[in-house]
Amino acid sequence: MTNISKKELVVSAIENGTVIDHIPVDTVLMVLSILGLDKYEDEVLIGNNLDSKKYGKKGIIKARNKFFEQKDINKIALVAPKATLIVIKNYEVVEKKFVEIPEKIDTILKCINPNCITNKEIVDTKFKVVEKNPLKIQCRYCEKTMTNIRFAE
Amino acid sequence: MNLKGKNLISISDYNKQEYLEILRLAKEFEENPKQEILKNKVVASIFFEPSTRTRLSFESAASMLGAKVIGFSNPSATSQSKGESLHDTIKMLSAYVDIIVMRHSIEGAARYAAEVASVPLINAGDGANQHPTQCMLDLYSILKTQNTLENLNITLVGDLKYGRTVHSLVQAMCNFNATFHLVSPTELKLPSSVKMHIKEANLKYEQYTNLEDVIPFSDIIYMTRIQRERFSDPLEYEKVKDSYILDAAMLKGCKETMRILHPLPRVNEIATDVDKTPYAYYFQQARNGVYVRQALMTAILGVK
Repeated sequence: MTNISKKELVVSAIENGTVIDHIPVDTVLMVLSILGLDKYEDEVLIGNNLDSKKYGKKGIIKARNKFFEQKDINKIALVAPKATLIVIKNYEVVEKKFVEIPEKIDTILKCINPNCITNKEIVDTKFKVVEKNPLKIQCRYCEKTMTNIRFAE
Repeated sequence: MNLKGKNLISISDYNKQEYLEILRLAKEFEENPKQEILKNKVVASIFFEPSTRTRLSFESAASMLGAKVIGFSNPSATSQSKGESLHDTIKMLSAYVDIIVMRHSIEGAARYAAEVASVPLINAGDGANQHPTQCMLDLYSILKTQNTLENLNITLVGDLKYGRTVHSLVQAMCNFNATFHLVSPTELKLPSSVKMHIKEANLKYEQYTNLEDVIPFSDIIYMTRIQRERFSDPLEYEKVKDSYILDAAMLKGCKETMRILHPLPRVNEIATDVDKTPYAYYFQQARNGVYVRQALMTAILGVK
């Protein structure tokens, strides 16, 4: 068993699935919801305020029998930019994935323009990423560019 | 080139070749504006916000081509006033018409309506966001007065911060190697998101506060109204409202071929003594809107 998986035993090991590590402590629930794990029917283990050498405190999520595509993983880039996804098969780490800021961000953000159609009718938001660092996004509808990010409630 | 079925929501939806195609068609319509080529077509002209110039220009353009125009110019007379969503209004309307021309006070309403509609949609203005047909008629006016769109000195004056026509025109002229001269009070400078287009196109711009400095070398002076409704503080408006007033005396020494454009309505930013000079082009500019809109509707309907 590798060092990584020993540490993860704080939140009991999984045989097959994905471990999402290095989540900021205040966004664990958001990550859960963005990845749809709040509605996932198999086992999901959540640990928060765990000690982290790199970040002080961190959150961790383990989802049994759940594997993600890179495009899904990228959806959490805004809330957990330093997260690592560890793919587990037969209790062994088979792959590590990192999040990248995607080209487009759908539904999870709110447009800051109060006069945008997305704030007036039930319309899913869509943003184009104009710059990644520092992050600058543009609303598909009102075309406003913004640097301060607000999550949809 | 095939523009059939292509929405026009934002000026960036079309590329340089597509602009030129629309301008070529507009010239054809200017020479022969009354043709019955849209005889079996129904155009919806739906204005959720009052507009005289744009609405009448569209409706006149469609009527001259023999199309039937249905719609409204007052949203209080529609089911929106009963609480119907834009989504449902557009879904229903799509079943009745061949093309929709829409103005709305909410930004992004046009892009959203185009996603919902099953027929093509032309944005006739969505709040402070886009007004692409105004931009097309500005391009047509520049082309007509200068015989080219390439390598021009374009001077933009007044409210460069909130003026949506200015933002679109800068974006479009970035395709034609323009040099931009930006004249505005400090409070109303062109936003950096618009300047970004100029930088991306590797073009030059200069910012000025004094209009007279740029008159001698301008090919086009695009005047704008400082819009009272954009200011939350009336004192701020009072401070800048009379910043730039162009009068005939200031035009001594300008290029012979220079022309003054204005999206209208004007308040006092162009003195009436300019109207009689050969440089005034704003009233012809408004008339060009009809031909450009004829070009757009026929191209999008696949008739031309």
